[in-house]
Amino acid sequence: MASPVSVSDVLIIGGGLMGTSAALFLRQRGRSVTLLESDLVGRQASGTNFGNVRRQGRPIHQLPLANRAIAIWRRANELLGADVEYLQSGHIRVCYRERPENIAKMEEYAAEARHVGLDLELLTGNALRARFPFFGPDVLAGSYSALDGHANPRLTAPAFARAAQRAGAQVFENTRIIHAAKQGTDFVVTAEDGRTFRAPVLLITAGAWGNKLSQQFGEPVPLTPRGPNMSVTEPVPYAIAPAVGVMTPVEEETVYFRQVARGNIILGGSTRGPSYPDQYRAYVLPQNTMKQLRQIRRLAPALANLNIIRVWTGIEGYLPDSLPVMGRSATTSGLFYAFGFSGSGFQIGPGVGETMAELIDTGTTPIDLSHYDIARFRRSA
Amino acid sequence: MADRELTPRIVVVGAGPAGVRAAQTLLEAGIRPVVIDEAARAGGQIYRRQPTNFRRSHEALYGTEAARAQAVHDGFDAIAATVDYRPDTLVWNIADGQVWTASERGYATLAYDALILCTGATDRLMPVKGWHYAGAYSLGAAQVALKAQACAIGARVVFMGSGPLLYLVASQYVKAGAKVAAVLDTSPLSNRLRAAVDLIAQPGILADGVALTRALAKAGVPVLTGVTPLEITGNAENGVNGVRVRLANGTERDFAADAVALGYHLRPETQLADLARCDFAFDAKTRQWLPKRDQDGRASVAGVYLAGDGARILGARSAEVSGRLAALAALADLGHKVDPLTLVHLRRQVASYARFARGLATAFPWPHEQAANLPDEAIVCRCEAVTAGDLRRVVNETGAKEANRAKAFSRVGMGRCQGRYCGHAGAEVIAACANIPVEQVGRLRGQAPVKPLPVAIAPEGEE
Amino acid sequence: MTQGRFVRLAEQDRPSLTLYVDGQPVTAMEGDTLMVAMLAAGRVLRTSEFGDGKRAGFCLMAACQDCWVWTEDGGRLRACSTPASAGLRLSTSQPGASWPTAN
Repeated sequence: MASPVSVSDVLIIGGGLMGTSAALFLRQRGRSVTLLESDLVGRQASGTNFGNVRRQGRPIHQLPLANRAIAIWRRANELLGADVEYLQSGHIRVCYRERPENIAKMEEYAAEARHVGLDLELLTGNALRARFPFFGPDVLAGSYSALDGHANPRLTAPAFARAAQRAGAQVFENTRIIHAAKQGTDFVVTAEDGRTFRAPVLLITAGAWGNKLSQQFGEPVPLTPRGPNMSVTEPVPYAIAPAVGVMTPVEEETVYFRQVARGNIILGGSTRGPSYPDQYRAYVLPQNTMKQLRQIRRLAPALANLNIIRVWTGIEGYLPDSLPVMGRSATTSGLFYAFGFSGSGFQIGPGVGETMAELIDTGTTPIDLSHYDIARFRRSA
Repeated sequence: MADRELTPRIVVVGAGPAGVRAAQTLLEAGIRPVVIDEAARAGGQIYRRQPTNFRRSHEALYGTEAARAQAVHDGFDAIAATVDYRPDTLVWNIADGQVWTASERGYATLAYDALILCTGATDRLMPVKGWHYAGAYSLGAAQVALKAQACAIGARVVFMGSGPLLYLVASQYVKAGAKVAAVLDTSPLSNRLRAAVDLIAQPGILADGVALTRALAKAGVPVLTGVTPLEITGNAENGVNGVRVRLANGTERDFAADAVALGYHLRPETQLADLARCDFAFDAKTRQWLPKRDQDGRASVAGVYLAGDGARILGARSAEVSGRLAALAALADLGHKVDPLTLVHLRRQVASYARFARGLATAFPWPHEQAANLPDEAIVCRCEAVTAGDLRRVVNETGAKEANRAKAFSRVGMGRCQGRYCGHAGAEVIAACANIPVEQVGRLRGQAPVKPLPVAIAPEGEE
Repeated sequence: MTQGRFVRLAEQDRPSLTLYVDGQPVTAMEGDTLMVAMLAAGRVLRTSEFGDGKRAGFCLMAACQDCWVWTEDGGRLRACSTPASAGLRLSTSQPGASWPTAN
């Protein structure tokens, strides 16, 4: 057998936001790291998502991780030596008149979130419209988080990868791993072209491709690939500070938008599209774009004057409970996972990287990972 | 017409020379196609029609091409009521065997059994410092202003770039009474001699081209070849006040002008082929990515056909032929009987135009080497105002060498035009900066909508 | 500079119509595109969003999207492909500094 291309303390498979940030934080802890990316870093879920740096709306049990991430976002430009366009400009989550019961849910959530360090302000009627006059008449109430915001996903994971490289990590792009196994005390992973990489610790952060690797360790998970439904308008003067989203149980109604400082307004949500990890392709279905625009008009009628100039999507991995797999393998020592973030991994991404680095380096973390245990799929998969 | 069927449904996108001839061919075979065209009047760009209340003759508008233009216009007028003609309608996406249209009426979908894309071309642009100033236009724009609106783009116009259109439009301006300050061709004259072996494939067109050059000289217009554009001079507030070039002999020279028509031949509009998931291949002669198609226009995707300048820049005359061929290919694939001799005859004509086009590419090459010398402060992407320096910084600092990657980091190609006007030049800037062949840079992936789409758009018939 | 950018060379016997650009009446002709109506009388169509100055369109064939202008009520029109019509009220800059937070 040919000698491995690299031997390091930790091997990471998957160069999205989770993998690249874990690589950086592992280097900061003095661990040697090799990061393997099948395509280009941050090109799929990490690069094509909406860019919400949003804590509110996450499960209460996830807020400590989200708070850890926020602290990293605040120093991201300095940490990364690159501008990832992070704006701590607020986030507002609204509900519609036809679902007034959501106000009680917002209040309940706000009360619980406050104990975990997330302050939310509930706004209704004139108070809501005075602050955010762009909402349509269907909007009943909003929950405002002043310290949430948004950033540019296209730039973020690549910036983490470059920072990790500068810190000494080895990053291999266009490296498709087809086989991973533990041999003795080391993991040996093999790329399509025959190159091998070796390390005593393996972290799988492979997004929608995560299951392909986890099942090689006897841990299949019911991961479904889908794609975000994104559009962007032409640029207009910067006037909308917060990221905006709708709280609703109906997928089609779940739209969101944010304005970047250059002026374009990014529209996201409504029905997600298909994606094909094996082909590295995902498609925006035109009918989904049309549904999204209808819902955007309902949320913010003034946006109807604008044009969309581009749509896009990417490849995301969804798990049935919308929670990721994150933590130790249940079958193999030295093996760790962080994938399947189900369309809501961007904000927590840097926190996930830091937490996984901490767990790998010290063997423990104060973040409660029990909800994300891969063993929860043992029976169902 | 009861004997002409809407099934199988064949959708023709574009009503220029290729689309018109494709539609005619389908009708002759007993099929009523749907013809979708973005313009209000059929004819396409090169045979673009003036508004109905304008009075100039075909001779005045199209010169040596008047008879051909008239034939295409009359040909379509004769079938407009028979085909399912949808003017003022944009095809903005293609998915699952359906085209998605947008118009004043809203959006609609249309399933097809065969799709013939005759999407035409736009100018191919190499940036020059100052090309974002008001008063800098594409060569095609200069021609449209005259043909469709009876206007010159300025009181004193410089024509700069290369390709047959440079001479054609400049001479049309002279003829119409506009002031042409100069014709500045980046191609050295010697290239035309080398190209003669292929240009002779179409002696008529060649002779017309030579006549144009003579007419310009006779009118006293300075015509300079082997020129290197340095700058469109002027300022951001008031626009263009001239151009500065380096002449073939190495000296710099300024030409005063309030408008510049800029262009380096044409590039096909391939977004719909891309959205239809057609494969592309790199064409080394013209240094661009083109959708793959067989000799009759079949794309790599079953049921999709490509004709006219939207597939290959072979000119309007060839577009008429390739439009017919694509229609015949679609008919054959749908089980119709197609005369093999007709196919042979049409293919032979296209081959002759292709040889002529090869000659044009030799005579008037895409000046890719300019990309390397573009000053850092020159804007590459007009939509997003991204400079060559911005793009080079991305290449150097992030290692992004692939077109879409560089776009993601630099915003080149991310604006309203979706890279139509900066895509080729951006790739050349990246290639020169990274010192790699331009084909390794790849091509910008097409993304819907093909043109901006109103957020307000609703289904046709709603509201 | 009040002189127009475009120069009319023919077809000048068409009926005229009046539209408004930044509040000022502009005389154009039936059959003009908005772009010709605006540039036969003025020098620019709009201001670039990114600080690089004034723009006056580029391709005239609905491809480059450089010529989108505002209507006074906040609508968007592509000047090169939209026919001029009497009474239209256009703006070379986006109306309402606080858009779109003000309805």
